[in-house]
Amino acid sequence: MEKKKKNFFRQHLSFTIFLCLAIGVVLVAIFAPVITGGVSPTEGNLIDSVMAPSKDHIFGTDKLGRDIFTRVIYGTRISVTAAFSVVIIITVVGTFLGILAGYFGGLVDAVIMRISDMMIAFPGLVLALAVAGMLGASITNAVIAVSVVSWTKYARLARSLVLKIKDRDFVKAAIVTGSKTPYMLLRYMLPNVITTIVITGATDIGSMMLELAGLSFLGFGAKSPAAEWGLMLNEGRAYMQSAPWLMIFPGLAIFIVVTIFNLLGDSLRDVLDPRSE
Amino acid sequence: MTKKQLGSRLLQMVIVLIGISFLTFLLTSLAPGDPVRTMFAASGVMPSEETLEVIREELGLNQPLLVRYFNWLIACLHGDFGTSFSYNKPVVTLLMARVWPTLKLTIFSTILMLLVAVPLGMLSAVYKNKFIDYLVRGITFLGISIPNFWVGLMLMLAFCVWNKWLPVISSGGDFKSMILPSVTLAIAMSAKYTRQVRTAVLEELSQDYVIGARARGVKEWKILWLNVFPNSLLPLITMLGLSIGSLLGGTSVVEVIFSYPGLGNLAVSAITSYDYYLIQGYVLWVAVIYMVINLVVDMSYNYVDPRMRLRR
Amino acid sequence: MLDINDVTISYGKTPTVKDFSLHMDEGQIISLVGESGSGKTTVIRAVLGLLPGGGKVTEGDILYQGKTLLNLTKDQWRKMRGSEISMIFQDSGAMMNPTKKVGAAFVEYIRTHENISKAEAWKKGVDMLERMRLPSGDNIMRSYPFQLSGGMRQRVGIAMGMTYQPKILLADEPTSALDVTTQAQIVRQMMELRDEYGTSIIIVTHNLGVAAYMSDYIVVMKNGFIEDKGDRDHMLHHTDNPYTQKLLAAVPSLGGARYV
Repeated sequence: MEKKKKNFFRQHLSFTIFLCLAIGVVLVAIFAPVITGGVSPTEGNLIDSVMAPSKDHIFGTDKLGRDIFTRVIYGTRISVTAAFSVVIIITVVGTFLGILAGYFGGLVDAVIMRISDMMIAFPGLVLALAVAGMLGASITNAVIAVSVVSWTKYARLARSLVLKIKDRDFVKAAIVTGSKTPYMLLRYMLPNVITTIVITGATDIGSMMLELAGLSFLGFGAKSPAAEWGLMLNEGRAYMQSAPWLMIFPGLAIFIVVTIFNLLGDSLRDVLDPRSE
Repeated sequence: MTKKQLGSRLLQMVIVLIGISFLTFLLTSLAPGDPVRTMFAASGVMPSEETLEVIREELGLNQPLLVRYFNWLIACLHGDFGTSFSYNKPVVTLLMARVWPTLKLTIFSTILMLLVAVPLGMLSAVYKNKFIDYLVRGITFLGISIPNFWVGLMLMLAFCVWNKWLPVISSGGDFKSMILPSVTLAIAMSAKYTRQVRTAVLEELSQDYVIGARARGVKEWKILWLNVFPNSLLPLITMLGLSIGSLLGGTSVVEVIFSYPGLGNLAVSAITSYDYYLIQGYVLWVAVIYMVINLVVDMSYNYVDPRMRLRR
Repeated sequence: MLDINDVTISYGKTPTVKDFSLHMDEGQIISLVGESGSGKTTVIRAVLGLLPGGGKVTEGDILYQGKTLLNLTKDQWRKMRGSEISMIFQDSGAMMNPTKKVGAAFVEYIRTHENISKAEAWKKGVDMLERMRLPSGDNIMRSYPFQLSGGMRQRVGIAMGMTYQPKILLADEPTSALDVTTQAQIVRQMMELRDEYGTSIIIVTHNLGVAAYMSDYIVVMKNGFIEDKGDRDHMLHHTDNPYTQKLLAAVPSLGGARYV
């Protein structure tokens, strides 16, 4: 068994590498206090405000004197948890609704699909802002907002996969021999759907991260004094001319982390579904 | 598409529009913000609570939700989409003023994107797994991972702040102020579309008819340019339609960064000031655009692909 | 006229066909028979230089009229394909651009080999179709591939393949997708090609019945090797190769009498 595991990782080298990188990001989030040596991400000394990168503050400080390096590191916590939350929610909810729509057809299908149509046409931003307006801007609400407009893709995907399977002979055979509905759903529909959904979900982590950062950038996500990259970009805008490092580092962080998760998603696809070029 | 199908599509559109507008109405009314208060917040003078209440009554803001929605709906049918609280102008006027700049931005960035994505995608597919393919794939991969607002900010830094070549604030009027916003949008789009073009072309190249043509001795460049490439662009029509639809709704982030007078910018300010009617108008516009484009794309697909046209 | 000498064909490092030899004279009809994966399609693809991604003849030589085919330039191949050596496939309709009409594909092909106007090429196409006994060639030229029946599509494929009276016609399972009646028609039509134009034909098929009916010489392939070979008479009645005998036994018989 050990040998099998070793061979797996050796064969799928790129996946292993990216998996390690992704785990690395998660570890950075978990061990943020350790990495930053106990510096606070939310409190700063106004005397030190807007200082250029130096030995003491390798990324410089922001307008409230907070160390940017610390804030960037702590930013991983918010970005990773938020992005993962969104992806988990939309995959679970979307897939569930999609399977229901595909399997039962008829009214259930029509209702779910029309709701999904409406959500696609609905500008995601407006919804996000409305939710933020209702409950106050916060990263949690941003997660909810992004989830509400993004689940439709998974519903459609799951539904079309189920429809493809429903027609296959082994399913018809099962129906004829009297299998019950929940059993049918679990045993036949779900496994075939899972691989594609997992791949799509993994590749979406990156884009969800971008969406959430974008919302925070506009002021409808994470709220000050949280250390969130999008928010930091927004705060740094005013100092573009005098202190560009306020913008450069958080943006770079988003770029790097999203790239890592995109690479992970892509290589996961190669591992689970090698026939797709 | 038959008249009957068209009619049924239009009916569906109307239903969806009503659904969406009602949903928006519901959401905005649940938000705790107060448009009246915001109206005066900008002017710096805050009248007393009694005065505010009187104004609210006058504007009909204290009526129940359904009543307000119905009134709005009926007014819409007369072409009156309400008045904006924060701008004190008719919603229609505000929206219309921003449509042209948004359209310009859409056209510019789409053309830029096509000029980059189509050739690169084709190149990448034809020379699959050679150096240029890896190069293109690498660049596009980075392109889809990079946050577009950061790109915008960095470009602004490079071209407006460090080198004062381009204006920081886009008036949307002259060409110079359109460059950076268009480029910012085009970068993210190009990355995505180059990959799509590549996939579509590869898909076509693996089709039997390519082998058939080769077996007949047809020149390779003819096979590519007259057969493979046109066919591979077909499936991209749908995607392009969706992208254009989304662009026509305004791109908030980019417009905010460059202070571009488009619809996205308007939407953000409308929401921050709880400008109900403006929000409604905006949502309606986006939904209509989206559905009309979907319809056009479906219809054109039916026409362009002979298999759909003739197979009944 | 065509000599395939001890040829090994490999994809990457894996050989799929080994030690294949065949000699073909003018006007001969030869069948390559075998199950799926026996390598028969690979062989004829190699003759036309159309091995899919990564396939190469790694040993041996293929000679056409005494000259090797293995080091031809793209341009030389282009001139030869469709004029000296032609190929027809299992579904000729799929070998044409589905979004264009038959006429477009035909004219495109003709104008690659001859510098004539579109109108002249069109006429030539119509003429060729009618020679293959397709009614109203003009209508067919104006149709899309998916609008034609299987038998018609194969006839179109044969018409295109024969336009320049090639010396060799390679046929990759040309009847496998057709019903029995149409199969018989196409088979007979192909045999007439030999009578009328003197074309040599190599036909790949898994159907020994078809092979037996039309060929002078039969080669049986298995797992990339030649299992058995000989002229028709030998293969049907005098071979002692157990595999060939099994294939013969597998041909359906009517009322006790073997069709072959």
